[in-house]
Amino acid sequence: MSQQAGAARVRLPERARRGEVIEIRAMIEHPMESGFRLNNVGRPIPRHIVESFTCEYDGREIFRATLHPAVSTNPYFLFYTVATVSGELRFTWKDDRGGVTTHIARIEVDPD
Amino acid sequence: MSRLKGAHGVISRRAALQALAAGVCLLAVRPTRAAPEEVAAALRETFGERPITPGKVVLELPKLAENGAVVPVTVSVDSPMTERDHVKSIHLFAEKNPLPRILEVQLGPSSGKARVASRIRIADSQQITAVAVLSDGTLWSAAVQVEVTVTGCGL
Repeated sequence: MSQQAGAARVRLPERARRGEVIEIRAMIEHPMESGFRLNNVGRPIPRHIVESFTCEYDGREIFRATLHPAVSTNPYFLFYTVATVSGELRFTWKDDRGGVTTHIARIEVDPD
Repeated sequence: MSRLKGAHGVISRRAALQALAAGVCLLAVRPTRAAPEEVAAALRETFGERPITPGKVVLELPKLAENGAVVPVTVSVDSPMTERDHVKSIHLFAEKNPLPRILEVQLGPSSGKARVASRIRIADSQQITAVAVLSDGTLWSAAVQVEVTVTGCGL
């Protein structure tokens, strides 16, 4: 039930100054099977998509995405956050078959 | 004369390939498609009867997408992203995909910058609409027409 949704890749700066707006890129390997395709004998291929992606920074949710079948294979998001404290960023993807992938990154924030 | 013939041969082969591709897409995609009315319905369902004003939102999409299965999209909103004045969410809609909703993201003052990028599927040449919900409750939008060469028949 709690298998991985897919392998994740995340990119963000290792260090930042307090108050700096940092860019975060996050991607997961996932088929994003839309449920609208037919297999070679004309039967629909069952839907298998990532439904949600969240990013928490220092325990607070800073970004949330709700995905529908029109998001491409290997969903990718680029977004921003304000560097506040040194700590953990936790990225979580959940798919519609109970798959969950969590990725943790650390950032060091220098006081201004 | 032979030159003409040759050219004609190329065209008909191309036409045949296009017809074949179109046939494959018909097989691959269910005939049901979201229509502009369905986008309107999805907008009503999400935002009720609140007015949506064009402006403040910049939706970046290629005018011509070669591959409809992977189309880069960037949405940015003119907002200071402060506690008092920020973007709460951004919603993307398609009028000719099987479903009108593409994705929704939630932002806040901790985002620092109201800009998000992703990659989406666009089944056919159509208009894509982005709507931003601001902290003062107002709704702003932008729409872009995208021409798709190879349809996202894998959609």
